[in-house]
Amino acid sequence: MSENTVNEPVTAKRVNPRLENYKMIWKRLKKNKAALIGGYLIIFFILVAVFGPYLLSQFGQYGPYQQNLLNKLQGPSAEHWFGTDNFGRDIFTRIIHGMELTLWIGFLSVLIGMIIGVPLGIISGYYGGRIDNIIMRVMDVLLAFPGILLALAIVSVLGGSLQNVIIAVGIFSIPAFARIVRGSTLSVRKLEYIDAVRALGASDFRIIFKHILPNVMSPIIVQATLRIATAVLTASGLSFLGLGAQPPMPEWGAMLSAGRTYMYEAWHVAFFPGAMIVLVVLAFNIFGDGIRDALDPKMKQ
Amino acid sequence: MSTYKNILEVRNLQTSFFTDDGEVKAVDGVSFELPKGKTLGVVGESGSGKSITALSLLQLLSKPGKIKGGEILFKGKNLLDYTEKQMREIRGNDISMIFQEPMTSLNPVYTVGYQISESLMIHQNLNKREAKLKSIEMLKLVGIPSPEKRVDQYPFELSGGMRQRVMIAMALACNPDMLIADEPTTALDVTIQAQILDLIRELQAKLDMSVIMITHDLGVVAETCDYVAVMYAGQVVEFSDVRSLFKKPKHPYTVGLLKSLPRHDIEQEKLQPIKGTVPSPKEMPVGCRFSPRCPAATDLCRGRMPGLITDEQKNEIRCWIYSEEWDGDPEVNIYGEERIAEG
Repeated sequence: MSENTVNEPVTAKRVNPRLENYKMIWKRLKKNKAALIGGYLIIFFILVAVFGPYLLSQFGQYGPYQQNLLNKLQGPSAEHWFGTDNFGRDIFTRIIHGMELTLWIGFLSVLIGMIIGVPLGIISGYYGGRIDNIIMRVMDVLLAFPGILLALAIVSVLGGSLQNVIIAVGIFSIPAFARIVRGSTLSVRKLEYIDAVRALGASDFRIIFKHILPNVMSPIIVQATLRIATAVLTASGLSFLGLGAQPPMPEWGAMLSAGRTYMYEAWHVAFFPGAMIVLVVLAFNIFGDGIRDALDPKMKQ
Repeated sequence: MSTYKNILEVRNLQTSFFTDDGEVKAVDGVSFELPKGKTLGVVGESGSGKSITALSLLQLLSKPGKIKGGEILFKGKNLLDYTEKQMREIRGNDISMIFQEPMTSLNPVYTVGYQISESLMIHQNLNKREAKLKSIEMLKLVGIPSPEKRVDQYPFELSGGMRQRVMIAMALACNPDMLIADEPTTALDVTIQAQILDLIRELQAKLDMSVIMITHDLGVVAETCDYVAVMYAGQVVEFSDVRSLFKKPKHPYTVGLLKSLPRHDIEQEKLQPIKGTVPSPKEMPVGCRFSPRCPAATDLCRGRMPGLITDEQKNEIRCWIYSEEWDGDPEVNIYGEERIAEG
């Protein structure tokens, strides 16, 4: 046996390759300034959503639902940083409280889309044939509707509430996940190591979850980040149309909708919620683009 | 315990691909047998159906491939009667397979230790710790130095030869009775090839395994095999023990294969390739499938498919020359001038 061993020196310094890999991704991400700003903004938003309401309750003077009709439609001032709305509520306080709602809607609906879409995509790509055809044709039907219209239809059926908006936006994220995962699964399935584990007696379940899923993870992460932006936008749109969050909830889309009536006399009522929606969507979009480039440098020309 | 003479007997195996253009017969009536502890070489050009035969044995064909008929008797039991679940218990546990490309046959996201452990966890219900210890043992068995460190490494940290060793460790972790090696050395450096072949032979003796060695390299066959099945266009054209095959090949195709190899025992200016290519499965000749390329082909060959003829040494040849119906020159010389000069 001894003469049949490979003479190769083992490197003395052991590095954890998985950690090295993360370091590489981080390095590439760091080079992309826009993505980095997006990332920092997202972290900032999350911190605001988690601690903002608490800090406000400790140090702020206003509650999100606290009305002061004598003080309505005031412009931005030291008192009211973002001004007050048509009921005299402090817009800054409401925006901070709305952050939590917006992020919840974004994360939860994408999670729903992912939990349903990813398995559908893997099953489609892995088994092919008739199952693939059925699943993908259903996805095509979903994709045939413009996103907001589909969400609108679902919410109209389920009834207008925040919870239903999350479900609707989740459902309309399903095809995006299913498609992208199916594509990646098709390419991974053909690789020899899938044949190799099959030849070792692994079940389909094991192959799918242990061997295919980890290898299609990066497109899923990218898609999820980009989808959060779309989800936030769609959910705000639905609330704007009065189908989502109901007043007096401090949801930005609903706030924007309420402020639109006073556009000429009090621009700030509509401006700040609108600007926040833009900022959040932008942050997730540029960050999503950034991780896509970092995870797969080949895709960038 | 059932009694059986050969660990594997394949009878009239037929595998087809059902494409939009119709049925394509990739394996058409293949039969062979393999005694326990011996090595069978399956040789043939690309497209001769040797890899499909191997995949058929484990029923790992992907759509639209399907086994149409025949019998695969493993330890006397027909594997084709088994359910998918029963087959899963056979795979990796009783029959294992190693593949051609060590570069892509390992999952990049797991350590090699995990990948060796996997079959142990599937088949022997070992827990992670036990499986890891056994994996280290396996790595040591396949001659990988400092296995305690290697076990935690990822495939990209290993060279091609090392990965093929890991593949072998994976395949042998559950101590299978039979190993199917599908061109295990094709993608490796020549120096590494010899090491890997030595390793397979050594482990075969140690673990008392039977091996099916699929290759297009007659050198590998000469070095490792006890029996040889020469395949051409989905059929076995010659089945013989390794000595007689190299000493006196009988089928014109085998002769052609041997002639197209470089030899160092005689002066040779040029190699003599077999003219033409393997016929596409869609346009198979009516008669003998080798007849369009065969130097000795007659009308009989072109008109009717020869059956397998068994000779005195119990070797089988699918060629009209050895039958009583042969209509050509009875003294036909399929070996060409060179051999005459030599003899």
